[in-house]
Amino acid sequence: MADVSGSVRVYGLIAGMWIRSTLVYRTSFALALLVNFLVTALDFVVIWMMFSQATSLGGYSFAQTAFLYGTASVSFGITTFVLGSVDDLGMRVRDGTLDAFLVRPAPVLVQVAADRFGLRRIGRLLQGVLVLGWSLARLDVDWTPAKLLLMPVMLLSGAAIFGAVYVAGAAFQFWAQDAAEAQSAFTFGGVTLLQYPPTVFARDFVIGVTFVVPLAFVNWLPALYVLGRPYPLGLPWWLAFAPPLVAAGSCALAGLAWRAGVRSYRSTGS
Amino acid sequence: MGTSGASGTLRLYAAVVAGGFRRYATYRSATAAGVFTNTVFGFIVAYTYMALWDERPGLGGYDEAQALTYVWIGQALAQALSMFNAGFAVDMVARIRNGDIAVDLYRPVDLQLWWLASDLGRAGFQLFSRGVVPLTVGALCFPLALPGDPVVWLEFLVAVALAVVVSFAIRYVLALAAFWLIDGTGVLQFGGVVGMFFTGLLLPLNAMPGALGDLARVLPWAALLQMPADILLGARSGADGLLRAYAFQAGWAVVLLAAGRLLQSSATRKVVLQGG
Repeated sequence: MADVSGSVRVYGLIAGMWIRSTLVYRTSFALALLVNFLVTALDFVVIWMMFSQATSLGGYSFAQTAFLYGTASVSFGITTFVLGSVDDLGMRVRDGTLDAFLVRPAPVLVQVAADRFGLRRIGRLLQGVLVLGWSLARLDVDWTPAKLLLMPVMLLSGAAIFGAVYVAGAAFQFWAQDAAEAQSAFTFGGVTLLQYPPTVFARDFVIGVTFVVPLAFVNWLPALYVLGRPYPLGLPWWLAFAPPLVAAGSCALAGLAWRAGVRSYRSTGS
Repeated sequence: MGTSGASGTLRLYAAVVAGGFRRYATYRSATAAGVFTNTVFGFIVAYTYMALWDERPGLGGYDEAQALTYVWIGQALAQALSMFNAGFAVDMVARIRNGDIAVDLYRPVDLQLWWLASDLGRAGFQLFSRGVVPLTVGALCFPLALPGDPVVWLEFLVAVALAVVVSFAIRYVLALAAFWLIDGTGVLQFGGVVGMFFTGLLLPLNAMPGALGDLARVLPWAALLQMPADILLGARSGADGLLRAYAFQAGWAVVLLAAGRLLQSSATRKVVLQGG
């Protein structure tokens, strides 16, 4: 446990340093915060505009879609807030500045995650919380203790699954430094996908994000259980409670990929 | 300046265009990664459009095939028109922050034309390297409404060229804000987000409701994706419609380039650069 608390302390120290340096340029920080709020808010405006033209999308109402949007955004918001810098790893591998991280007495992943910590990213999380709150006020959910318990479990497990995608993507950048954009397909693409009802997408697509890259466990399966709607693939209902297991499995795999990546690191050629 | 001087200047900017092209052509795995991501996003957005046009056939004057074509044109042009990132403006803002821009201002070339030439080279490379594959995949997996007439494709490419200039002009104005703010990253990101929305990458401007739609259709970002897409989709048929689209694009290009000039001259006269 000393290991974990040590990591948290190191993370806090590095993040705190970056926060102080960010706050030197106040106007720019205020704008960056607003941008992070807006970028997701405008995502939601698009969904609102779609529902101003149609009463339902894939058989889901606006409030139900907003619930999916809110749950996916909160999980993703937590992940980008904590790990948002790891997708810059390729840059550090390319210019060799990762070397400095390897000689410091702290876990490399913690240093990479806290590097260039962006306080502005809290804007995205806030926006997700607002939409989720609004959807819960509008929806008439038939609450049971199981559903109430599932809510925090879903949001945290979802963040962990997205976190695994981030770390696996970063590990891939040890081999392909310039391919940082490919992981956007799974991170930003993933959250965009999960903001819409699964009934909108083709069956093969849904199968892919359920069994290959298990993004469906971030919110689709548990959120549909909360809403009392069937999951399109006809899977058993209790899978709604599987996100913690899926998260643990994904994180373990991502950890292995990360170790393999660090081991293969040979610094720059020159 | 004599004729030899003019042709020398032309050769100079042609070399800068070629340099911009080659710079981006160097990063092959980045290009492949980007193509992959644009294609995945194309699929996601295409399915949401199918659900929407199922409910509202004919929304925004498009049938479903046209709406799907719009999605894939958007993904094909996203990089060439710098819809997700500020492109050259990031480099320029960095040079303003660390003071290197002073060196650029001493060079016997025009600052705005230099960056425009380099950005044209980049856009030329990304239009083909990042545009062809997503559009082809889209055409193979969805019923698209792509024209068979090469003249329409040519008219489309003219509109894309004008769009590239408008996109550059917008980002140049945003980048110049860094002269006053020192750290211009926030402005660029703000411009990027607002721009992505008003470009209509997520929802066609035609399909935006009410006053917001009316506003979106006259802002400069309408020149980026909506105009070229409408021309390719035949939604602006006839010489009149075509000329009006070109005039809209060229008008914004001139206004924004002139605004960039004005800002640039006031920035270089009044602002003390980093480093004294």
